Amino acid sequence: MKYTKTQLEAVKEFLYKIADDQLILGHRDSEWTGLGPVLEEDIAFSSIAQDKIGQSLHIYEILHALGEKDPDTIAFTRNANEFKCCHLVEYPIGEYDFSLIRNFFFCHAEHIRFNMLAESSLDPLAKLAKKYRGEIKYHVMHADTWVKQLGRANEESHKRMQDTIDNSFNLALGIFEESPFTSELNSMNIFEGEKTLQNKWIEAILPVLEKAKLVLPDPADWKPAYGGRTGTHTEYLQPMLEEMGEVFRLDPKAEW
Amino acid sequence: MKSIDPRVNRMDLPSNEDGKEILEEQENWETYEVFHQKKRGEQHIHVGIVHAASPEMALIMAKEAFGRRRQTANLWVIKSAAVTASDYEDQDVFETTPEKTYREASDYYCMDRIRKYQQEHGIKDRKEERRNVQKANKEVKK
Repeated sequence: MKYTKTQLEAVKEFLYKIADDQLILGHRDSEWTGLGPVLEEDIAFSSIAQDKIGQSLHIYEILHALGEKDPDTIAFTRNANEFKCCHLVEYPIGEYDFSLIRNFFFCHAEHIRFNMLAESSLDPLAKLAKKYRGEIKYHVMHADTWVKQLGRANEESHKRMQDTIDNSFNLALGIFEESPFTSELNSMNIFEGEKTLQNKWIEAILPVLEKAKLVLPDPADWKPAYGGRTGTHTEYLQPMLEEMGEVFRLDPKAEW
Repeated sequence: MKSIDPRVNRMDLPSNEDGKEILEEQENWETYEVFHQKKRGEQHIHVGIVHAASPEMALIMAKEAFGRRRQTANLWVIKSAAVTASDYEDQDVFETTPEKTYREASDYYCMDRIRKYQQEHGIKDRKEERRNVQKANKEVKK
């Protein structure tokens, strides 16, 4: 498909946003490897982290085919201001409650986004969306199971989950920061838009939270943490990028 | 029994007089037996155990612990506590089994009679036919 200059810019911005979210969250989640609360969960959470990094690789490959640099260079040599990820994914792992709630918020949004993308006119992306549907479905099942378990287990676990939701919900809303190219993406039948996604997301997470006896903050207090999509990030991203790309930058030409 | 998970050992759990660790509710999860089915229609085969707080969570754990490196159609999880096992002290009930070869199909010699019947009734032996085809194919390749 031939794109105009603006259309190509729109597509690239859209792909970077999706892949950067996956790469950064995948790396953050992988920081739990060896430290997970129980062995089985350590394995499951590490696998989920690997899945996300793998998904980002395939989107960087689409970008490469559109004229961007190769996936390793894209992933390991950019600075924070060149990343398009949302603030939610770049925060340090914190306690397990935060990492779980973060995945709960993120994976539901990703699941719905990929369901929408399965019908996208951007063919390689539509194919990926279909391919990874099952993988992301499992990530959602994993998150839902934990949220329901800890929401109902005892007073302490319930309180910690509720506090974490209250403290991180505005970060989660940052996922849906509107793109300057919304109308282009829409008219090209690539993506319907972040607003639609956010509405579907709320519909998807509410029944799970209800089962877990957890609630979302009052809409009057919703203040989305925007900025990530335009390259403005929290103080946590740059140090993470330096650590993530440390080995690659020792010898960028090395064969792996 | 001492756990092989270093995380459990690091917890330094208090123990009572006979050395058994004292566990509060929710401190240690129950185990679930995991059964793995490779293809739909095949039998589920026992592959190991997972720790989990609920059957639902056991399935989530089993998926990665036992399903991430092999083809999987379906998993079962069953609380270990629900299993009733025979006693190793009663293992002698199985002792003479190896001698009872009359219970094994291979102990019956009947192929000659089957062949005779097939010949008499003009029934083709499919296995034999397949073997002949394979032989012919090999010779063509040569």
